[in-house]
Amino acid sequence: MMEHMLPSSYAPPPEGHVSHSRLEKVLRSGRFAITAELNPPDSADPSDVYDAARPLAEVADAINATDASGANCHMSSIGISALLTRAGYSPVYQISCRDRNRIAIQGDVLGAAAMGVSNVLCLTGDGVGVGDQPGAKPVFDFDSLSLLRTIKTMRDSGTFLSGRKITNPPRLFLGAAENPCIPPYEWRPERLAKKVAAGAEFIQTNYIFDIPLFENFMSRVREMGLDKKVFILAGVGPLASARAARWMRSNVPGIHVPDALIDRMEKSSSPGEEGKRICVELIQQIREINGVSGIHVMAYRKEHQVSEIINESGVLSSRSELA
Amino acid sequence: MYRIRLFAIRHSRAFEWIYQRVEQVMVALDPVFGKIGYDRIERPVAFTERCIKTVLFDCKMCGQCVLSSTGMSCPMNCPKQLRNGPCGGVRPGGYCEVKPEMKCVWALAWDGASRMKNGAQIETVLPPVERNLEGSSSWLRVSREKAARLREAKEKGRAAVAEAFADARAKEPASAPLAEEPARACGGNK
Repeated sequence: MMEHMLPSSYAPPPEGHVSHSRLEKVLRSGRFAITAELNPPDSADPSDVYDAARPLAEVADAINATDASGANCHMSSIGISALLTRAGYSPVYQISCRDRNRIAIQGDVLGAAAMGVSNVLCLTGDGVGVGDQPGAKPVFDFDSLSLLRTIKTMRDSGTFLSGRKITNPPRLFLGAAENPCIPPYEWRPERLAKKVAAGAEFIQTNYIFDIPLFENFMSRVREMGLDKKVFILAGVGPLASARAARWMRSNVPGIHVPDALIDRMEKSSSPGEEGKRICVELIQQIREINGVSGIHVMAYRKEHQVSEIINESGVLSSRSELA
Repeated sequence: MYRIRLFAIRHSRAFEWIYQRVEQVMVALDPVFGKIGYDRIERPVAFTERCIKTVLFDCKMCGQCVLSSTGMSCPMNCPKQLRNGPCGGVRPGGYCEVKPEMKCVWALAWDGASRMKNGAQIETVLPPVERNLEGSSSWLRVSREKAARLREAKEKGRAAVAEAFADARAKEPASAPLAEEPARACGGNK
């Protein structure tokens, strides 16, 4: 987990790599990667970030710092990312296009890289209407693809979008999201291809609860040869209860939970355990799908279960240590 | 308006054809526009463009029209104004995350593109919108640029002739001229 690089050092990345990211090393070496999402605190105390990171760090190659996901206000992703690099953790700095324009975002990218951040995840962002402050002004100056291309240009050509030169460009491993289990299903793989063309090097998907839908998506992805061009990490997470699953399905944008799973949760005498078991089973099934490079665990308010889930799934048991 | 927009996307192929014809006419009119002055015709053309496209596509006059790359579904109708495809929040049945009563602009776009001759253009990554162009005529911008490109290509031809017959040009410059031609002098072979 430790990133042996001081935030202040600015060295060229290793041969064949674009960044110093541990996640990039794990993926490029062909190992099955684990990332996990940190629940951002509503607090200004750094120890709250470290408390949230500790249970994830046991198994995760990188920890995602969400950027006001669901349009709810929390500690910023750049703040969390900077704290995590200070403690030697490897964050994935999430950037949503909802709240900041191109001037702010390009500046933040440089700032984050200078703080030792080496992974970014470019996101569109949920609409402001679903959040805790629906009256906010939605920005959406970039979309996730123009954002990807912009950071790629900053990194590879050493210029801002204006063409102005960056003296020392940011070394970043570029990520994007995909959501295989929601419409328009037939165009999701094409959209993934577009994200790869824009500069995505790894993908973290939203929750996969529907294996047949995900398999359809992946078979088209393999047909298009995309699994050879981008590392795909499938999103998983434990459901808390049938009620919570139903609530999530109708209130959180982009989450599809099949009825069969909700039934299974409903019939269980201990839904918490059942949710965990389902998550372990999903990971084991996803692991068998060709072209999947890793797992992204989003265990909202169940962070303490993450390492148990990963260990029970057995996905790390055969993995060799990274040199 | 929403119904007409859906109609336009359903007939994306036909509208693609019409759009190409409109562009040809605008490019052909470049000398006329040049004579009147692009600055002077900007407002009336923008006004006409706004009227037509608002009815047909719910146009928002972003000034950087990309309908031909978006299945004739205007991306500025997406509440997030995405220019490169649907977000991850599309609802079951292909409805918008933010406006649940509206079909996802990008689900429609991919649908429209699948019927178009140059529909594969939808795979091109588009830059963010330059907000300072809002309200200006996209038709004029595109046709003017195309006309300039055509002129440039013609110039290249002239330069090639001048280079191939360098000594003739040195002795008789009029045999392979490179100077800018007055508009009235050209068009003898039209």
